[in-house]
Amino acid sequence: MLRLKSDARHPVTLEVNDQPRIGHAEPRRLLSDFLRHELGLYGTHVGCEHGVCGACTVIVDGRAVRSCMQFAVECDGAAVRTVEGLAGQGELGILQLAFRRHHAVQCGFCTAGILMSATDFLGRHPDPSEAEVRDMLSGHICRCTGYYPIVAAILDAARAIREAGG
Amino acid sequence: MKPAPFEYCRPDTLDEALELLHEYGPDASVLAGGMSLGAMLNMRLARPDAVVDIKRIPGLDAAIVASEVRTGATLTQARALEDDTLMREVPLLALALPWVGHFQTRNRGTLCGSVAHADPSAEMPLVLTTLDGEIELQSARGTRRVRAREFFVDIMTTARAYDELLTALVWPERRLETRHAFVEIAQRHGDFAIVACAVETVVDARGRVASLTMGLGGVESRPFVADTAEFIGERACPALAQAVAAAAAERVDPMTDLKVSAAYRRALVRSLGAQAIAEAFAARPTT
Repeated sequence: MLRLKSDARHPVTLEVNDQPRIGHAEPRRLLSDFLRHELGLYGTHVGCEHGVCGACTVIVDGRAVRSCMQFAVECDGAAVRTVEGLAGQGELGILQLAFRRHHAVQCGFCTAGILMSATDFLGRHPDPSEAEVRDMLSGHICRCTGYYPIVAAILDAARAIREAGG
Repeated sequence: MKPAPFEYCRPDTLDEALELLHEYGPDASVLAGGMSLGAMLNMRLARPDAVVDIKRIPGLDAAIVASEVRTGATLTQARALEDDTLMREVPLLALALPWVGHFQTRNRGTLCGSVAHADPSAEMPLVLTTLDGEIELQSARGTRRVRAREFFVDIMTTARAYDELLTALVWPERRLETRHAFVEIAQRHGDFAIVACAVETVVDARGRVASLTMGLGGVESRPFVADTAEFIGERACPALAQAVAAAAAERVDPMTDLKVSAAYRRALVRSLGAQAIAEAFAARPTT
């Protein structure tokens, strides 16, 4: 059984965007803060810190989840994907290109979380309806766009991914 | 906000988890998906000395469909939804799960965690209560089962003792010819329900109501099950649905909160309840 003292920092190993990373965290250190302050991955944003706004969404072991509602020590050994992992070799991915094409980004605060949710979602639902995309987006708050360009971008990306053969 | 400091414990076995709960008593919080506890810790509404993470205990994440249907402590809402056998065996659960939080929180949140947390507006306590399911609790002292209808005591207050771990939900055997509906009103889909209504009914070959259970969530401090005895044998039709809902609306004692008044909740019981019952009457029966 593992027991980690409250006032000490403990080693945490993650596989982040296919790279092994190690850092240290008190038990109360949120995964979101660990990614940002311990690993320097500032692409993951922090909004409400109670799971409602969706800004901090990352993919842990293949599923889009809130990084503000889990602790770094809890995730020891997990595979994490963050927004920094979406662009391969400096080229934007299909989903990111669709966001740019549709002007689905204004201030950008919600964008990283939505991209990670949409990445997981499109993997499970390659041909979603608009209603399904909107339902998935109910887990994110965007105060700029009114969601229309985001919905259009995700539907467009789904089409592009299908045409590219997955 | 950030949580207050706590000791993090990750037991490898159920026995170790039960030892920890015995040791810490009221000063421990059980962590599974953390979709309720995480928010409580971040807002410092909960300040436990120790957090007991049960996610890596083998076997607790199972959904077992045998002589009875059991869903284990760490089974997530997303994995339950993906389990076709489970969804076929408990059709009301299948209707209710998409209303629980969001895609991103269902990926981590558990069925049992929602029941243990006992938010009065939560869907899982409502469905388990409506179906008259049971909650399995284990401690170093032994194992017991509590009916959902006795488990929920008040807002976020249950019959669980501090040294007990909620190890499974036990769902009643699927009854043939039952019809179901689940409807909910919230400010946005995925938000806390203002009123949620779960219905299970049997309509006989002559179109008469043979059984009818209506559960209401978000109305009182715990799930409310309406007494429908006076309507058994009546013809299943929209007018009867309205009469049942109107009777329930007279009997509930609704909460007032920052969002809506008790009167509004009562009106919702009448309209949403009628909609849910009519939907159940018209639904395809289970085979």
